[in-house]
Amino acid sequence: MQNKTYDIIIIGGGVVGCSIARELSKYNLKVALLEKEVELAFGVSKSNSGIIHPGTQTKAGSLKGRLCVEGNILIRKIAKELGIDFQEVGELIVAFSKDDIAKLEEIKIEAEKLGVKKMSIVDQSWLKENEPNLSKDVVGALFIPSAGIISPYRMTYDLSENAAKNGVEIFTDNEVKGIVVKKANDLEIMTTQRVLKTRYVINAAGLFADDISGMVGLDDFKITPRKGQEFLLDKKRENVVNHIIFPLPTKTSKGVLVIKTSDGNPMVGPTAQDVDDKEDLSTTDDGFKEVLSAVKQMIPSINDSDIIAYFSGLRPVAGEDFIIRHEASVPGFINVSGIQSPGLTAAPAIAKMVCSILQENGLTLIRKKDFKRYRNETTHLFKISKDKARKLIKENEGYGDIVCRCEMVSRKEIEEAIERGATTLDGVKFRTRAQAGRCHGGFCTTRILKILSEKLNVPITEITKRGKGSLIVKGKRAR
Amino acid sequence: MKERELVIVGGGPAAMAAAISAHESGVKDILVLERDQFLGGILNQCIHTGFGLNHFKELLSGPEYAQRFIEKITGIKDIEISLQSFVTNLNSDKELTYLRPGEMEEVRARAIIMATGCRERTREMIHVAGTRPAGIFSAGLAQKLINSEGLLLGQEIVVVGSGDIGLIMARRFTLEGAKVKAVVEIQKESKGLIRNVVQCLDDFNIPLYLSHKISKIYGKHRVEKVDVIAVDDNFNEVQNSRFEIECDTVLISAGLIPENELIEMAQVEMDKKTNTPVSDEINKTSVEGLFVCGNAFKIYDLVDSVTKDSIIAGEMAAEYLGYKK
Ligand SMILES: Cc1cc2nc3c(=O)[nH]c(=O)nc-3n(C[C@H](O)[C@H](O)[C@H](O)COP(=O)(O)OP(=O)(O)OC[C@H]3O[C@@H](n4cnc5c(N)ncnc54)[C@H](O)[C@@H]3O)c2cc1C
Ligand SMILES: Cc1cc2nc3c(=O)[nH]c(=O)nc-3n(C[C@H](O)[C@H](O)[C@H](O)COP(=O)(O)OP(=O)(O)OC[C@H]3O[C@@H](n4cnc5c(N)ncnc54)[C@H](O)[C@@H]3O)c2cc1C
Repeated sequence: MQNKTYDIIIIGGGVVGCSIARELSKYNLKVALLEKEVELAFGVSKSNSGIIHPGTQTKAGSLKGRLCVEGNILIRKIAKELGIDFQEVGELIVAFSKDDIAKLEEIKIEAEKLGVKKMSIVDQSWLKENEPNLSKDVVGALFIPSAGIISPYRMTYDLSENAAKNGVEIFTDNEVKGIVVKKANDLEIMTTQRVLKTRYVINAAGLFADDISGMVGLDDFKITPRKGQEFLLDKKRENVVNHIIFPLPTKTSKGVLVIKTSDGNPMVGPTAQDVDDKEDLSTTDDGFKEVLSAVKQMIPSINDSDIIAYFSGLRPVAGEDFIIRHEASVPGFINVSGIQSPGLTAAPAIAKMVCSILQENGLTLIRKKDFKRYRNETTHLFKISKDKARKLIKENEGYGDIVCRCEMVSRKEIEEAIERGATTLDGVKFRTRAQAGRCHGGFCTTRILKILSEKLNVPITEITKRGKGSLIVKGKRAR
Repeated sequence: MKERELVIVGGGPAAMAAAISAHESGVKDILVLERDQFLGGILNQCIHTGFGLNHFKELLSGPEYAQRFIEKITGIKDIEISLQSFVTNLNSDKELTYLRPGEMEEVRARAIIMATGCRERTREMIHVAGTRPAGIFSAGLAQKLINSEGLLLGQEIVVVGSGDIGLIMARRFTLEGAKVKAVVEIQKESKGLIRNVVQCLDDFNIPLYLSHKISKIYGKHRVEKVDVIAVDDNFNEVQNSRFEIECDTVLISAGLIPENELIEMAQVEMDKKTNTPVSDEINKTSVEGLFVCGNAFKIYDLVDSVTKDSIIAGEMAAEYLGYKK
């Protein structure tokens, strides 16, 4: 193990690291990806709004603006290749007054500069027809059809799975602890489990990118976490909106939104508040109140009793823009840092940009002849037609054995998730939605624990919620 | 599509009582669909005694109470019991879709009795702020993991809610060697039976905090502590009353919600607050020939009352199908 030299090591198994891994797997290169958590997508990439932004709320001329617009285009092809469910639902930025409409015009002009297409200002009668639950106080909106939604964790998993299939070695539970710069393009990475040698390092460590950068002696940026609290509604409210609904943006954020998600549950949020602790994922009563009162102005029929789940995510903010660059003082070290919103959208474009940076800095990229571009779509009973489901159940009885009743997830889907890399309750949840419905695992946790224990061949007492100290049960009863 | 006279969804005490009574009232073609591998519903995990005093004039455990009905129902040839059969769809023409291993079935029924029971209110539904680590369980889940799977969940426990289930679980944890540090109840009084307050808390010196709520859960990987605050008559926080309790487990026992998503699909008029059918009469819904009984109709304290009312549901279905009393 010690002696192998990689061409590239990616630090961080979020959507950015995995997008880069998949892009690099198209070429004849030895690539590894290191992730500190026991599973991928357990960082920022699991807790965000899941919106593929069109590029409207980013400044023309900014790096994140350009990459957002590019990413919005690239994601469509990737989603097709990897069988990821991307839906172009469109967004509406709503206006409550004439003045607001003038602001929408400004946003439209700015976005056109970035290359956003097909936008239009729509009036009240259009809104009544197409977004009937919108408040009567809304007088018009900017309609941006190219906005979409995606499951951020499933996107991350599917990218990583395809990358692995094309030769990228993925090491979870490997926290990078130190980097030794031997000389230009000769770096040694120490993790909690191994030492790896590489020519290039890509720092895609999300909230901890400043720490990684510090390991090679760079301290020119600092990541400040900006917390966003999000609240999920019952699937019964799936059609409360037909588009993603935005208020007019403020200086610091895009505001509190009504979001459609690819799982079907609408979501409201996020808040935006700077915090100190990079692991502070708590939600607060104030956040709840703030979000609810903000969305009620746009969609008055949303109530606190509709809310079945909530979470917080932290945006890794390092100044105004993304930091994506080769660090000349440490040849071979590339920062992909400060990937705040719209990082999910931009990820595919970031991956392409990183390839160019590598080339500019001496790496030759030769395309693999046998690159496996496609991935079989994962089956989700809750997404397919009755006839398809009937056929599947006949072919494999595990699909007829429902484990999670709120979200309709079968034993077979849970077993598949484990085969694809899930080792924890959360890993199963993100991949399948089991435990994510209105009863929150009240009914299915017991069975999922048993299936995990059986498939992974470990005692039930060792299964965790999300790795490390998050054990579910503490022992067995003496009978 | 297959046609059946009466389909009963669920296999708990409500379903079994309704099936037996419908049969006794003359219905000859009955299909019972239960998603689990066993009959008995929630009773299977209630290993404490406290069941049957009214119906059998005996003190039984949950499984014992269920067993009496299981023996009776499995002895009736006209009642077909289909286990591992999960109903996924229902429409107002009384057509049902259900899944079982290897099959997706569809059936049209002349009458239907829904006896799907209830689910528990979650931490999310009572809006407790804070983090989401391991160690937060709903009481029913904890009961299942301990009683049915033989697992231990934690050493230091805070129970949220003082209904009977919360009280019984406080005692269960204590008997399993854990320390229950508090039972926290937002109301001024316990919602549970007095005998349960005495036998489950007082006898074990477990403190009960009335007019208190937990306001925040801490912990990154596993629960570390909770904030508790006092509330006034309008459930507003009393200033400066916050204190912390260190614990590794939070048990949420904050009430039950009838499971009625299926009848909602069938356009039954619903009371959104209680998640039950709007009804002027017991077991009835706005759709003719579609009945609901047991905890799905309303939350019962005692299984004996579930049995009593579910017998009526069976009779009502028989009458609807044209069988004279
Ligand atoms: C509330 C919220 C809403 C958002 N909404 C949107 C949206 O709608 N659309 C959009 O485009 N973007 C959105 N974003 C932004 C988007 O989520 C992020 O830009 C994106 O997920 C960042 O991905 P990443 O891979 O850089 O980070 P991460 O997913 O955090 O990945 C970094 C990984 O590095 C690992 N790591 C850290 N340190 C080490 C170490 N020492 N060794 C090994 N591994 C390490 C971490 O565990 C982590 O898994 C939102 C963000 C938030 C917080
Ligand atoms: C934790 C707990 C402790 C209790 N303790 C006591 C006590 O001490 N004394 C007392 O008298 N009472 C007690 N009760 C109350 C009593 O047990 C219940 O009132 C009674 O079991 C309710 O019966 P039921 O048939 O309505 O529901 P359940 O017993 O919940 O049965 C419902 C059945 O329907 C099935 N089902 C649901 N949806 C579907 C579907 N879509 N397709 C197929 N099948 C489905 C379920 O699997 C389940 O088997 C307790 C209840 C609970 C939850």
